[in-house]
Amino acid sequence: MSGIVSAAYIAASILFILSLGGLSHQETARRGNLYGIIGMAIAILATIFSDKVSGYAVLIIMMLIGGTLGTIVARRVEMTEMPELVAILHSFVGLAAVLVGFASYLDPNAHYEGVEKTIHEVEIYLGIFIGAVTFTGSVVAFGKLKGLISSKPLMLPARHWINLAIVLVCVWLGKVFLGADSTAGGFFALFVMTLLAFVFGAHLVMAIGGADMPVVISMLNSYSGWAAAATGFMLSNDLLIVTGALVGSSGAILSYIMCRAMNRKFLSVISGGFGTTASSDAEAAEQGEVTQILAEETAELLKDAKEVIIVPGYGMAVAHAQHPVSELTQKLRANGTNVRFAIHPVAGRMPGHMNVLLAEARVPYDIVLEMDEVNDDFPETDVAIVIGANDIVNPSALENPNSPIAGMPVLEVWKAKICIVSKRSMATGYAGVENPLFFKENTRMLFGDAKDSVETVLKSL
Amino acid sequence: MKIGIPKETYSGEKRVATTPDVVGQLLQLGFSVAVESGAGAEAKFADQAYVDAGAEIVETSVVWSDSNIILKVRAPSDAEVEKLHQGQTLISFIWPAQNDELMQKLADKKVTVMAMDAVPRISRAQKLDALSSMANIAGYRAVVEASNHFGRFFTGQITAAGKVPPAKVMIIGAGVAGLAAIGAATSMGAIVRAFDTRPEVKEQVESMGAEFLELDYEEEEQGGTQGGYAKQMSQAFIDAEMALFREQAKDVDIIITTALIPGKPAPKLILADMVESMKDGSVIVDLAAEQGGNCELTQPGEVAVKHGVTIIGHMDLPSRLSTQSSQLYSTNLRHLLADLTPEKDGQIVVDMDDDVVRSSTVIHQGEITWPPPPISVTAAPPKAAVAPEPVIETKDPRAEAKRKAVTTMSVLAVTVLALFAVGRVAPPEFMSHLIVFVLAVFVGWQVIWNVTPALHTPLMSVTNAISGIIVIGALLQVGSSSWLVVFLAAIAVLIASINIAGGFLVTQRMLGMFRREEDN
Repeated sequence: MSGIVSAAYIAASILFILSLGGLSHQETARRGNLYGIIGMAIAILATIFSDKVSGYAVLIIMMLIGGTLGTIVARRVEMTEMPELVAILHSFVGLAAVLVGFASYLDPNAHYEGVEKTIHEVEIYLGIFIGAVTFTGSVVAFGKLKGLISSKPLMLPARHWINLAIVLVCVWLGKVFLGADSTAGGFFALFVMTLLAFVFGAHLVMAIGGADMPVVISMLNSYSGWAAAATGFMLSNDLLIVTGALVGSSGAILSYIMCRAMNRKFLSVISGGFGTTASSDAEAAEQGEVTQILAEETAELLKDAKEVIIVPGYGMAVAHAQHPVSELTQKLRANGTNVRFAIHPVAGRMPGHMNVLLAEARVPYDIVLEMDEVNDDFPETDVAIVIGANDIVNPSALENPNSPIAGMPVLEVWKAKICIVSKRSMATGYAGVENPLFFKENTRMLFGDAKDSVETVLKSL
Repeated sequence: MKIGIPKETYSGEKRVATTPDVVGQLLQLGFSVAVESGAGAEAKFADQAYVDAGAEIVETSVVWSDSNIILKVRAPSDAEVEKLHQGQTLISFIWPAQNDELMQKLADKKVTVMAMDAVPRISRAQKLDALSSMANIAGYRAVVEASNHFGRFFTGQITAAGKVPPAKVMIIGAGVAGLAAIGAATSMGAIVRAFDTRPEVKEQVESMGAEFLELDYEEEEQGGTQGGYAKQMSQAFIDAEMALFREQAKDVDIIITTALIPGKPAPKLILADMVESMKDGSVIVDLAAEQGGNCELTQPGEVAVKHGVTIIGHMDLPSRLSTQSSQLYSTNLRHLLADLTPEKDGQIVVDMDDDVVRSSTVIHQGEITWPPPPISVTAAPPKAAVAPEPVIETKDPRAEAKRKAVTTMSVLAVTVLALFAVGRVAPPEFMSHLIVFVLAVFVGWQVIWNVTPALHTPLMSVTNAISGIIVIGALLQVGSSSWLVVFLAAIAVLIASINIAGGFLVTQRMLGMFRREEDN
C-alpha cells in the first residue's frame, strides 16, 4: 500500500512542476492549472485511501465545507481584489502549518528517540514559527490592501531592535522547548513562541508601505512555501517537502524580480518604509507649472494619434477604470490607431496585477507588453497615457542621482510626443518623491478620477 | 463685455483674430462677439459661419465703437488707433520695442493694450504663446516655399528613369520655427542638418530626424538662453560658425535661416560669397527677413535670384497659411481671455500681480507699463537636477562576471560544508528528505524563471492552491486518538481545502480571461 502512495506522490510532484512550467506561456497556462488540479486530486485521494488515515466523517465534512467556501470566494472575487485574496490564502497556509505543527507535537502516537526526537522537534518548532509569521503577516497585508489598516508604514522607534529581541527570545524558547522533559513543559515554550511569532509577523508587515506590497506578497508567498516544506520535514512527507520547496522558491524569485524592478535591496524593503535616507527636501523646490488638459482635448489628441501607449498603475485598479480603458482601446484600434500597454513589473499591488485586470477587461494580451519590450518605442509614440501611476514613470530615477528612487528602471513616457497623465491630484507617489514628469513641457495633466476621466474621453471620441 | 473682431487692414494680411470655433468658446466665457463683415474671408471663414457660431456681423465703425475688447492680429494702423476710445482693451501683436510712436498714441487714447508678442516664455504661458504658434507655421511654410522654388524632389528615389539624390537642407536656428522646418523637410524625405548656438537643443534636433551640426570650438560661456531666446555670441564663436556655414553652403541645396536675437537686427550669417558658392538652383528661405535677414543678399518681402540662387524673403509666411494661423492665433487669444475672466462672467480682470498678465500688458489704462520687470521663473528645473551624470555605472563586465562566479562558488562551498555538518549527526532518513528538498528548490528555481511576467498573478494563486497540499499533513492526523489533535487537524483540513479549491478555481477564472486578438 505504501508503495502505491509513494508512486502517487511522485506523480503529484511531477504534475506540480509541470503546472508551474505551464505558466511560462499564456497558451499552455490553462493546461498547467489542470495539471495542478490533477496532481492535487491524486495526492489527496492516495492519502485518504492509504491505511494511515481514519476519521473519514470529520475529514469529508471539513473538506466539503472548505471546498465550498473556496469555490464561493473564487467565483465572487473581483479582479481588482486579487491581491487581497492572495494575501488571505497565504495566511491560511500559514495557519494550517501552525495547526499541523501543534497537532504533530501533541500526537500521542508519535514516538521518537535520541537525535531523531531532537530533529523532529526542531522541525516542529521551525514549522510553527514560519507558519505563524506567515499567518499574521498575511493577515496584516490583507488588512492593508483592503484598507482596513493604514497602508502607511508603521515606524516604531526601535523597530529593528524589537524584531531582533523577538527572534532572540524565540531562539532561547527553542532551547527550553528542546530541553523540556514533559510534553506539557515543551508545550508552554512552543505556545509562547507562537504568540511572539504572531507579533513578529504582524510587525514585520506593518512597517512596509502600500506600494512595496508586490514584494511583501511575493515574500509571504515564499514563506508559505517554506512553512509547507517544514511541515513536510516534520511529518517525513516528501510530497510536502517538494511542493513547499517549489512554492518557496517561486515566491523568492518573485520577490527578487520585484526588488530589482525597484532597484532596492530585499532587506531594505523588508526593514520597512522608504529608508531613513529619503529626505527629499532638495526636490521640494518648485519645479515649474503644470499644463492641464480637458477630457475633450484629450479625445482630440487621441483621434489624431497613430501610436498610443497606455501605462496603467495602481490608480487604475483603485478607480476600477480597466473596463473604460479597454473600451477606449477598442475604439482607438478600430480607428486605426496602434494602441499598446506598457506594464512596469511593480505596477499595482502584486506581481502581474495589471495584466490580470486588463485581461479581465478583455484587452488582448499580445498588446500588453513588458517594460523592456516597449521602453525603446516611446520616442516614436504620439501619445503616452499614464493612468494612476506615479513612481514608475518618474524621470528623476534616471536623471537625478540623489533621488531616493535613483537607478530604478522606469517607463520613459516623457519621450513620447505628448504624455497625458490622469491623476486625482498633484500628490506625490508612494516614495514621496516629486515627479518632474508633471512639469515637463510635453506633459498634460488630466485631473480627476481615472474612471470618470476615461469615460469622458470615450464620450468625446 | 463685447468682443469686436475687425477685418485686418494691413495690405496682404489674410489672418483673422478669431475663428467661428473660438467664437463659440468665447460665448461660453460670457462674452458677446461682434465680427466685422468679411473679416474672416481671406482665412476662408465665411460671415455665415460666424453667425452660426453665435456672433453678430457688423460694419467697421460699429466694431470699433461698440466693443469693449478689440482682438486683432497686426498692430493697429494710425487710422485704427483713431477709432479707439477710452476704457477699451486692445489685444494684438504690438512690438512695443520697435514702435515707440504707436505706443505713445495708444497711451494717449487711455486704453489698455495687451501685446501677444510680450507674453513671457514660461511653461504656464505656453498656451498663450502666439509667437511660437506663428513660428511653427512659418517654419512649415518655409519648407513649402523652398520646395516650390526648388527644381527637384526632396526625397531620393531610384526610378526606371534613373536615380534621384535626396535634397540636402540646412536649417540655422533650432527654435520653434527651425524645428517645424526640420519636421516638414524630413517628412518630405530630405536630408536635414541643423545648427543652433545652444548645444542643449541637440537632442530635440536629433529627435526630429535631423543631424545636429557641431562647431569645432569651445566657449567658456556656452550658448545658453535668456528668457528662452538665443543671445548674441562672441567673435571667435561667430568665426567658427561662419567657417561651418561656408563649408555647408557648398554642399546643401536649401538653406532655411531662422536666427533672431530679440530687440536686435538679425545676425548676418549667410554672406554673399557663401551664396555664390552654392549650386545653381539652390534656394535660401530667410525667416528673419523682417529683422533685416540672416542672408546678406535677402531683399525683405521679395523673392530675389542672386548668383543662380533663389533667396526668399517673404515676411508674411504665417499669413500665407491664413486658415491655420488664424486657428492657432485665435486659440492663443481664447486662452488669454480665459485667464482674464476667472469667473467666466464675461468681465475681464487685468490682474497686474499675475506674471503673465503683467508682462503682456504694455499699456494699462493709458499708462505705459512696458518693459515689464524680469520674471525669474524659467521653464527649466534648477541646475542641480539637470546634471546628467550617467546613473548606471559602467562596470567592467569581466570583473562583474568574475565577482559573480566567486559569490556563487562561495555560496556553494558554504552549502556543501553545512550539508556535511548536518550529515555527520543527522539520521539517514533526514538526509534523504534533505536531498529531496534541495533538489526541489533547484527545480523550482529553474522552472519559475521561465514564467512570463504577465502571468505572475496566476502563478501566485496557483502556488497558493498547491501549498494547500499541507492538507495531507492534517489528513494524516485527523484520525488521531486525541480529541485535541483531531480538532486542530480538522480546522487545518478546512482552511487548506479553502486554499485548494479557491486557488485553483480563481486561477482557472483568471487564465480564462487572457485572450489573444484572434480569440476576441
